[in-house]
Amino acid sequence: MTTVTLSRQTGATLWRNIALPLLAILAALLVGALMLALSGFDVAAAYGALWSGIFGNARNIGEALLRATPLILVGAGIAIAFRCGIWNIGAEGQFYMGAAAGAFVGLQAGALSPWLAIPTALLAGALCGGLWAAIAGWLKVRLGLNEVVTTIMLNYIAIGIVGYLVTGPMQEASRYNPQTDEIAAGMVLPRLLPGMRVHAGFLLALLLPVLASILLFRTPWGFALRAVGYNPVAAQHAGIRVNRQYVLAISLSGALAGVAGAVEVLGVIGRLYENISPGYGFTGIAVSLLAANHPIGVIFSGLLFGALTTGAELMQLTAQIPSSMTFILQGLIIAFLVSFRALQGRVWPRG
Amino acid sequence: MEWLIGLQALLQATVRMAAPLTFTAVGETYGERAGVINIGLEGLMLIGAVTAYAVAFASGNVWLGVFAAGLAAATFGVLFGVVTITLGANQIVAGAALNLIGLGLSSFIYRAFFGSVTNRAIQPLETVKIPLLNQIPVVGPVLFEQNLLVYAALLLAPLAALVLNRTMLGLALRSVGEHPKATATAGLSVIGLRYAAVAFGGMMAGIGGAYLSVAYANQFVENMVAGRGFIALAIVVFGRWSPLGALWASLLFGFTFALQLRLQAQSIPIAYQFLQILPYVATIVAMILLRGQSAQPKALGVPYTERT
Repeated sequence: MTTVTLSRQTGATLWRNIALPLLAILAALLVGALMLALSGFDVAAAYGALWSGIFGNARNIGEALLRATPLILVGAGIAIAFRCGIWNIGAEGQFYMGAAAGAFVGLQAGALSPWLAIPTALLAGALCGGLWAAIAGWLKVRLGLNEVVTTIMLNYIAIGIVGYLVTGPMQEASRYNPQTDEIAAGMVLPRLLPGMRVHAGFLLALLLPVLASILLFRTPWGFALRAVGYNPVAAQHAGIRVNRQYVLAISLSGALAGVAGAVEVLGVIGRLYENISPGYGFTGIAVSLLAANHPIGVIFSGLLFGALTTGAELMQLTAQIPSSMTFILQGLIIAFLVSFRALQGRVWPRG
Repeated sequence: MEWLIGLQALLQATVRMAAPLTFTAVGETYGERAGVINIGLEGLMLIGAVTAYAVAFASGNVWLGVFAAGLAAATFGVLFGVVTITLGANQIVAGAALNLIGLGLSSFIYRAFFGSVTNRAIQPLETVKIPLLNQIPVVGPVLFEQNLLVYAALLLAPLAALVLNRTMLGLALRSVGEHPKATATAGLSVIGLRYAAVAFGGMMAGIGGAYLSVAYANQFVENMVAGRGFIALAIVVFGRWSPLGALWASLLFGFTFALQLRLQAQSIPIAYQFLQILPYVATIVAMILLRGQSAQPKALGVPYTERT
């Protein structure tokens, strides 16, 4: 039997949480290079373009922060669910519901003071995302349905609902495109730096993971949540209400994905339309896993994936490498990381 | 008689839509019966779809494409096995990675090699009518006027059920998913059996994906699997981990897909998005109706080590 400690992460796990991800990134880049070479691309030019796409100029860095914002928020939420042992694969749908709620408030509350209206829109996003996730939580604890399947199904349903909203009740006044009107000018999140699109939502992406981390590692509730994740049977015997933890964890997880959706509408897009997310909900899973499901670590892995996304877009522009390369690299990073962690567990078993 | 023709067309489409789900779900049923859950089916189907398209386009032979798709996806199934069976990594995490890799790789290959090709269509897989049987009213056209891959899917399920329930190999596979230690004690290789199951699962998902590109759309479209890999996962649960159950569940989902398309074409006064989400709502409703009758393999998702 391995003994499990529920204490905060110590220096001993530093290697596991920092060196292994770096090794995984390196291994993924190597396999990526091999793949590029086999497909007849110039590897040096490709990775050079990727590098300058990330660090080439200040504007690119700002874009990376912009792309990282939803990934961090979604990832921090997924970290909470995964720590509790509930497999929320539904962040994509929760993001859509949050975006819809954010847009709804954004369209209606223009007359209010932004100090009141913007938090209302973000809270509405959190609420809708959280409630949408709670459906899967409820189906799991009440009816015993596997949350992996139900959250995935709820993704498609949420995307369908948003599609309906933007072609029906929430469609723009001119009824021309499948989208809403632009949100009120006062509702747009302020930009942080001149000449860059990165907005105040990024600050939220720095703040909320810290709060999530405190909640998980410094409060009794977080302790109970993680105890369920380690061993639900033992937690039940210890008097923890396991079912309640599951529902709370997935709801909170969905709330963060919902905030991400609302932030994306208020900060970047300014309206709601179909296919508003390029898979943030799924990439967020990878972001969380890369950070060993630690909300603070999610900030860094989110930044990495945000940077990879902007880098890959420029790699497509300047070196004609398909930008879908990012998904391959992200998948490879996760695959190598779980392999390395499992391998390490075998070579140096804990406990 | 017009409604009869409509029904016949609807059922014909049902069977066509069900075939890729059947391949994938029967393969995954084997994997899960052996104790390995692979949520990366979506990625495997995409790899199959692009491989089949690319090989069929380059060689002009659709069957070579299907074969290559099965082989390519089986290879990725084995790689998934290395991570989850040999290294014992978390299967959900590895499956999520496989989905990302499949999504990225399929569109990378397509854009890198076919981005500048103008005429991208391939010869569609032709319909093979089975003489006499296709004369039966309604049933004939539905079951006996399809392409060969549809027949293969319809035959796969009973064959897979036979092997799983009536042969030593099937017994060994089932025991690996229920009680791997007992299997090992009986002198069988837990690792070997699980590898065989995930390789087979990969191959079937690959053929399921190939069906979409070479038998259904006659081309490759990015992300064309559109959630069918995830639906196949639900079908395995819905079919209660039996190949025949998977076939029936696939037909049910095929029906919701076909119905949805048909209703959309008839411009009835329901928003088309509500028709589009029909299969996904049906999944949840079906799971609710069948709840509590779980036949889930006991060792599902649990890595096997000799130490434990």
